[in-house]
Amino acid sequence: MLARATPVPMAARVRGLSDRAIAWLFITPTIALLLAINIFPLIWAVYLSFTNFRANRPNAEVASVGLRNYQRVLNDPDIWIAMQTTAHFVFWTILLQTLIGFALAYLIDRKFRGHAFWTTVILIPMMLSPAVVGNFWRFLYQPQIGLFNYIVSFFSGIPPSSFEMLGSVTLAPWAIIIVDTWMWTPYVMLICLAGLRSIPDYIYEAAEVDRASGWRQFWSITVPMALPFIMLAVLFRGIENFKMFDMVMLLTGGGPGSTTEVASITLKREAFESWLTGRSSAFAIILFVAVFGLANIYVKALNKVKQR
Amino acid sequence: MSSVNTAHSVVEPTPTVKRIASAIVILYALVTMIPLAWIFLTSIKSPPDSISYPPKIVFTPTLEGYCNLFTTRTRQTPDYIQSLPSPTGTCDEITRSRNMVIAGPSNYWPRFGNSLLIAFGSTFLAVSLGTLAAYGFSRFRVPLADDLLFFILSTRMMPPIAVAIPIYLMYRQFGLSDTALGMILLYTAVNVSLAVWLLKGFIDEIPREYEEAAMIDGYTRLQAFWKVVLPQATTGIAATAIFCLIFAWNEYAFAVLLTSGSAQTAPPFIPTIIGEGGQDWPAVAAGTTIFLVPILVFTIILRKQLLRGITFGAVRK
Repeated sequence: MLARATPVPMAARVRGLSDRAIAWLFITPTIALLLAINIFPLIWAVYLSFTNFRANRPNAEVASVGLRNYQRVLNDPDIWIAMQTTAHFVFWTILLQTLIGFALAYLIDRKFRGHAFWTTVILIPMMLSPAVVGNFWRFLYQPQIGLFNYIVSFFSGIPPSSFEMLGSVTLAPWAIIIVDTWMWTPYVMLICLAGLRSIPDYIYEAAEVDRASGWRQFWSITVPMALPFIMLAVLFRGIENFKMFDMVMLLTGGGPGSTTEVASITLKREAFESWLTGRSSAFAIILFVAVFGLANIYVKALNKVKQR
Repeated sequence: MSSVNTAHSVVEPTPTVKRIASAIVILYALVTMIPLAWIFLTSIKSPPDSISYPPKIVFTPTLEGYCNLFTTRTRQTPDYIQSLPSPTGTCDEITRSRNMVIAGPSNYWPRFGNSLLIAFGSTFLAVSLGTLAAYGFSRFRVPLADDLLFFILSTRMMPPIAVAIPIYLMYRQFGLSDTALGMILLYTAVNVSLAVWLLKGFIDEIPREYEEAAMIDGYTRLQAFWKVVLPQATTGIAATAIFCLIFAWNEYAFAVLLTSGSAQTAPPFIPTIIGEGGQDWPAVAAGTTIFLVPILVFTIILRKQLLRGITFGAVRK
């Protein structure tokens, strides 16, 4: 046994590539690709953010403008409004998706007959393309002919043409929140389900022996034990919704006025319509730093919860 | 009564609880399916039926939406249409009944083909690179491994539009704008971070002893990886591939900014389908239906791996 264990792997190592060489051989392509398509553009964006470059005038002279782009972005009230709009969306979508997603996961965890089938059905929206589906929701939201308005007016009695989901300043943000919740609640549900399944049965059995009420079990066992997973779902959805673009673009394009103009839409407008490349790069960097910073703080909190 | 029900496990819910739970979940599932059912129903409606109010649930199905999706048409005078020889095929017939003639094929299938090429190409690359890198990180002492892994993950926090500016410039420089290759490379880069993280989780689960045993039997490290680790990781690789495929299939932001013609994928194309006087909703619905079918089939066939995939990813991170 001992005689076999030491010398043979040495021989094997000599015949093939060394482990060190293999490690690099395996990892380098990925790192190289990420450097070329992610990091290089990012560094370029940092460089551009200090210049007055405009992508639609590639031959014009490029001058350094120092921190002026950053100053302008941070002093632009429109951009702050876009950030508020984004925060508003992130808050409501996460709140709704977490509540509904957790409730569904809690119910599915009862393992009733056919739960696997219905779970699959519920998962379908999150597999679809936000842009393609968002485009079709625009049809469902039509005030004169749309199915959504018909159903709402059927149950509420409000005439369908009296509310325009996408054209009204107060309703348009909710139109987007509804579609986002429809699409991504399954995602939160799935992660919550993983959390609920990770709670060992014996804890409930012990609580049962102690005659703890169902309500008490829910608040003292289920919620705290599933909390790291819920927080994880919130993190993933938060990062994603901070970047939200396709659905908003197809549903409202940022309108009416600028009521649904989230950060990504502003960024697109500045970069690809106004062609203020330098300024939009500065905005992009600020956004990235913001998401990155917030995500890091959040992960620290998450780790604390996990350790409890 | 209740003591019988709870005999096998104290926490087993009672039948009443199960019934209530199942009723609520099924109701949610049915409501959530309404928009999808409506997409399909609209795709087999005629344009007037699709915009009638109240919305029609009972109607005569027609293939008009699909015909409009696959063809471009021009309007003609009734006299001209009368003078034509008898129609060839259903689409021709439907088109003529609207006083139009088919002028040629639409761009739908080429765009759909681009979606297939780009989604499968980038998935293959991302999973291949991701498997290698995940194995590297899982089995070897890589300097700064944690930092590298975190760096790989952090590339996903950037809003796509933000990286799109320099990528747009870079692609223009290298002639990669509006090419399938450019999109494949881009989606590979976006997906590879997820692939590395998911696959590292799966490969960590495979005991090292398997490779060590194989190497004692005379395999080299590469042979052990190929013949022992890869077969063990198949489920994980499949789950990862689905996630990559779904992302690349559905992506819109990069596609709309970086492709305009020959390499355009379906997501930016479908919303541009218009008929006379605005969007041709049956045609849009037909295009959407066809576009959704592959993903629906994948979801149903691979639901078990899917559940594993997402929960694994969740537990790892």
